[in-house]
Amino acid sequence: MKHHTIISLFALIFFSVGNGQTINVCKDCPISDLAIAIELAQNNDTIVVSNDITTNKPIRINKNLTLIGNEYPIMDGMNEHEILTVQTDSFTIKGFKFQNVGQSFTKDHAAIRLIKSKKFKIESNQFENVYYGIFLEKCSKGLIKNNIIKGNATVEYKSGNGIHLWHCNNITIDNNKVSNVRDGIYFEFVDHSNVINNSSHDNLRYGLHFMFSNEDRYENNIFERNGAGVAVMFSKKISMHENKFLKNWGTASYGLLLKEIYDAEITRNTFEKNTIGINAEGSNRIEYLGNNFIENGWAVKILGACFDNNFTKNNFLNNTFDVAYSGRLNNNSFENNYWGEYSGYDLDKNGIGDVPHRPVKLFSYIVNQSPESIILLRSLMIDVLNFSEKVSPIFTPTDLYDSKPLMKKAL
Amino acid sequence: MLKIIRYSFFDLIRSSWSYVYLLFYLALGFVLLFLNNDISKSVITLMNIIIVLTPLIATVFGIMYYYDSREFIELLLAQPIKRTNIFLGQYLGITISLSMSLIIGLGIPFTFYGLLNSAAIWNFSMLLITGVFLNFIFVALAYNIALYNNNKIKGFSYVILLWLFMAVIYDGIFLISLFIFKDYPLDNFSLAATMFNPIDLSRILILLKLDISALMGYTGAIFKDFFGTMQGVIISLLTLGIWIIIPALNIYRKATKKDF
Repeated sequence: MKHHTIISLFALIFFSVGNGQTINVCKDCPISDLAIAIELAQNNDTIVVSNDITTNKPIRINKNLTLIGNEYPIMDGMNEHEILTVQTDSFTIKGFKFQNVGQSFTKDHAAIRLIKSKKFKIESNQFENVYYGIFLEKCSKGLIKNNIIKGNATVEYKSGNGIHLWHCNNITIDNNKVSNVRDGIYFEFVDHSNVINNSSHDNLRYGLHFMFSNEDRYENNIFERNGAGVAVMFSKKISMHENKFLKNWGTASYGLLLKEIYDAEITRNTFEKNTIGINAEGSNRIEYLGNNFIENGWAVKILGACFDNNFTKNNFLNNTFDVAYSGRLNNNSFENNYWGEYSGYDLDKNGIGDVPHRPVKLFSYIVNQSPESIILLRSLMIDVLNFSEKVSPIFTPTDLYDSKPLMKKAL
Repeated sequence: MLKIIRYSFFDLIRSSWSYVYLLFYLALGFVLLFLNNDISKSVITLMNIIIVLTPLIATVFGIMYYYDSREFIELLLAQPIKRTNIFLGQYLGITISLSMSLIIGLGIPFTFYGLLNSAAIWNFSMLLITGVFLNFIFVALAYNIALYNNNKIKGFSYVILLWLFMAVIYDGIFLISLFIFKDYPLDNFSLAATMFNPIDLSRILILLKLDISALMGYTGAIFKDFFGTMQGVIISLLTLGIWIIIPALNIYRKATKKDF
């Protein structure tokens, strides 16, 4: 027992010494320039920067360092260059304020660029007027937490992404706020990563964007007023839980855009006031479970090449169109959902309607065929047509129906 | 003419129909707002009702009133009063009373539920304006039909047919033509086609004021470009105005010539 204590005590001392020294940078300190401090520092040192220090030059780091800002010292890109470029195994940065990253059409200037890091933490920083915010290349096992990123993107071709990951794995992105950039969070070739508790709003293109990324999970995020909430493309095994997709409203806006994705789970999300809640194209083997679709234009729009999608226990409330569908049923199923428009009855009181519900209205079929006819929306003629089609379906897919519609909202 | 307007107006007020109509809108407004506290939502539901019911009631009411007061008209004709004064006076009397029922009936519940502080006030006023326009248009059309048909049954069936055509059949033809010619650019065609039907025109005017216009995608963008601007609104209100003026002029023309 005694040995144990001594050993652990030694270990403690060893590691704390091994972690290196702390270098203070402030106006009145011996070192008053961050670049010099970094040059002097050894591996595993900690540099504490006080907030009377402003750094205007681009900084490169290739040592394992911990940078701590005291009350958000400013790192300025002067609207010209990248701010911090880090290529090292282990790196921590905390409490800085980055601003004015230079725009460029040839280089992706970022506030923090991290290359090939194997263990890192980017925590509690503020980013303002950035081109790219945090840019990770070939990194793994890291945490990006509590950052606030604001861009000033106006057009897509000259703006960057808030948090951009390329060829990474095992990254956790937690509780960040990203706004006014092109894509809030962007994943390209990123595997086994988590995006949780973030808020991504008012971005030009997507709140969160997956490309060629597999086995990732995003949970409990809020995507509001983006060009499209989340786009998931060419990816496998993505799980999406308890996110909110709100007010992604405009002529070409989506809550969630699915394209060429396989084996995903979409559960307990809320889609509210989006022009299109979910737009699925070429999506296979996807479970939609317990989602709420409220006041969307189209709650779910299923285009071609979708196979084995199962919609279970979702709530469809007050959408202009619940489901738009093109092509054949293709083994997709709708079962046990609650449809606000369901007009059937439940004689045996088992909570399940006795008459199947057909969610595809004739008008939504017509609009698919000839988009101009949308101007007849809410005309009496259309109500008459919808009703007669509902009684005896001719145009809408006859086998697309919910055979066990719920009488009460699924929880 | 003012005397005749006043007379028809108070005649209608005294008959209980005006009150029934007023009460109907009052009840409708209160029930809608009671079930659904959101004013902008209620505006959408109300739009569906106004666009279908207002024309129907206006036409039926207009033609009924004409046939009912035929003997009175003949009496007036024997007096030294201008014919145009008699007919236009009656026409205005009916429309003003109907419009007042509409405005008061819907205005009271909505003000009661805080319309004046709500962002929906412009949508709501648009709704009332188009409702009043529809009253004027359809009473005028009904009067035209009445002047051309002395047979009540015929007159009634024409009026119902007119309503059915404007509210349902026109859109059906519109839809079919959109389908047949779907390989051609149809934006200008559909813009023009809405102009020829006051019900469609009012519907789109209101829809574009509400934010469901984003649903309309590309087509909606074109419509929004047109109707969303001040110029577009003025043009469509003018078109609605023309829809009043032409039938009214025809009432004038026919009334001066008609042999009683």
